[in-house]
Amino acid sequence: MFFLKLIIRNAFRHKLRSTLTVVGIAIAIIAFGLLSTLVGLWYHGVEASSASRLVTRNAISLVFPLPLSYKDRIRQVPGVKTVSYGNWFGGIYIDEKHFFANEAMEPKSFLELYPEFILTPEQREAFIRDRKGCIVGKRLADTYGWKIGDLITLRGTIFPGQWEFVLRGIYRGAEKGTEERALFFHWDYLNETLKKTAPRRADQVGFYMIDVERPELAAEVSQAVDAIFKNSLAETLTETEKAFQLGFVAMTEAILVAIQIVSYVVIVIIMVVAANTMAMTARERIAEYATMKTLGFGGWHIAGIVFGESLVIALSGGLLGVALTFPAAQWIQVELAQFFPAFTIAPHTIALDLLAALVVGVAAGIFPTWRGATIGIAEGLRRIG
Amino acid sequence: MGMGNGNPPIVEIVNLSKSYRRGSQTIPVLEDITFDIADGEFLALMGPSGSGKSTLLNLIAGIDKADEGTIRVGGVDITSLSDKELAAWRAANVGFIFQFYNLMPVLTAFENVELPLLLTGLSRSERREHVALALQVVGLSDRVDHYPAQLSGGQQQRVAIARAVVSDPAILVADEPTGDLDRVSAGEILQLMDRLVREFGKTIIMVTHDPRAAEKARIIRHLEKGILTDIDGQPASPVAGS
Repeated sequence: MFFLKLIIRNAFRHKLRSTLTVVGIAIAIIAFGLLSTLVGLWYHGVEASSASRLVTRNAISLVFPLPLSYKDRIRQVPGVKTVSYGNWFGGIYIDEKHFFANEAMEPKSFLELYPEFILTPEQREAFIRDRKGCIVGKRLADTYGWKIGDLITLRGTIFPGQWEFVLRGIYRGAEKGTEERALFFHWDYLNETLKKTAPRRADQVGFYMIDVERPELAAEVSQAVDAIFKNSLAETLTETEKAFQLGFVAMTEAILVAIQIVSYVVIVIIMVVAANTMAMTARERIAEYATMKTLGFGGWHIAGIVFGESLVIALSGGLLGVALTFPAAQWIQVELAQFFPAFTIAPHTIALDLLAALVVGVAAGIFPTWRGATIGIAEGLRRIG
Repeated sequence: MGMGNGNPPIVEIVNLSKSYRRGSQTIPVLEDITFDIADGEFLALMGPSGSGKSTLLNLIAGIDKADEGTIRVGGVDITSLSDKELAAWRAANVGFIFQFYNLMPVLTAFENVELPLLLTGLSRSERREHVALALQVVGLSDRVDHYPAQLSGGQQQRVAIARAVVSDPAILVADEPTGDLDRVSAGEILQLMDRLVREFGKTIIMVTHDPRAAEKARIIRHLEKGILTDIDGQPASPVAGS
């Protein structure tokens, strides 16, 4: 208890220096936590994937479509429960800054396949009935203040033209992390328009979504589907929804790696700053350590005091950083709602934050601890005066 | 060579030598020192700067190691002890009084005095009793919760003396204990040290430049370039050999 008191009082002896170091560590921990969360969000789609859903796309690339006629043949594969299909639409609302996902889907089977998108029965019916109807997630509707019945116009990029949709439903996510910033509309609307404006692109789908009867059938069904279309003009690649999402993540892996490197660099920088603080502290207190040794305290006592001080400063910064990470994440969630489905700090991120603070404390304390523990008494006492 | 008050020697130094290395040079600091200090003696070591008096004090107190010779304190040959044994020996047998007090600035007077007792097996209440008594002896019972920065130089030195005596060591070593004090405070500190010798039977070895401080000691020894130049077995005198 006495030593703990001594360590804590020593840690905050130079109030300005200790405060600046603690604040520096806290900021680093906040940055580390937020960047870790950001990296986690990259994998959000992967984690939210269902184990019983498969995605079938053109084996060459997602850019190339598949014939609509594949639908019935896929449905006949043993183990397939539901088949839906759709196209990435890529429409722009107002301008490029207002990005959100928008896709053309076969509505009935799509809503069956994705029970996590929750609509009231009335809105569901209204959406299915209206070929120009669309549904949007709650967060997207809140962002733009859309209400049921509003007319939403998207400028097509992959499918040129001005596309108008009537908002028939606003869905809620079944879970906190469910995507609520997307717009879905009838695939038929897209297809029938294409039949008039670009007939060669009609009756083509970007991907099929398959629900299998049991998750353990996923591999078997994937192979069976791809076998059907082997040596056809449009060979397929069927994979689990998770693998499909991971493919998207892999495309941006360089960005992910860069973010991860930055998050670690932040920790290394603060480690150097904390080490400098501790080195200054130890240098100033050499005479005190020598005095304690004179009184009979051993190197281990001194080591414990110096190391403890380093840990107290680092963990104070770590705890402050963790405490401030939550309001920071809340701010991001509100201000950057259009970019992140749910900017939530996971428990393992908090654990990582505290581990990072601990590493900073340990690394910053090593040299001063060694110096304090091994200083000769006569040499240390000469530093006085 | 016993001397002074007729008591048996508590410190016996035989053929003690010490040198320091500076680069490739070896600088002798103490050369072939042999002398005893009687139990309950108040001895002043005087000499010019660099004469080796602080080094001799450090060797007697077991915070530096001799190159040659032996030092026996209370019958223990401290030159043969390991660092760990020496630390334990210091904690039990030596009290230290420094020129600049060397108190922990973040600890109160009470906590500073309590510090050496943390190495003993005393309970918390026993420690409190010892500390209270030590602070009473130095006249600072009303300053227990003050931090060093809230005390005058003389008061800080008295806290340091309380810290030195709280574990009841046989000998006290003092390196320029009045060097940082005004004349009045220095006088009070010297009186207190004299009282520790007379009333509590402590042995004090004091290094000083100040002839007035040395006057308080019963024995004065001089060092010149690492060699003891005179021996005075008579009652205290500022002049060697008188």
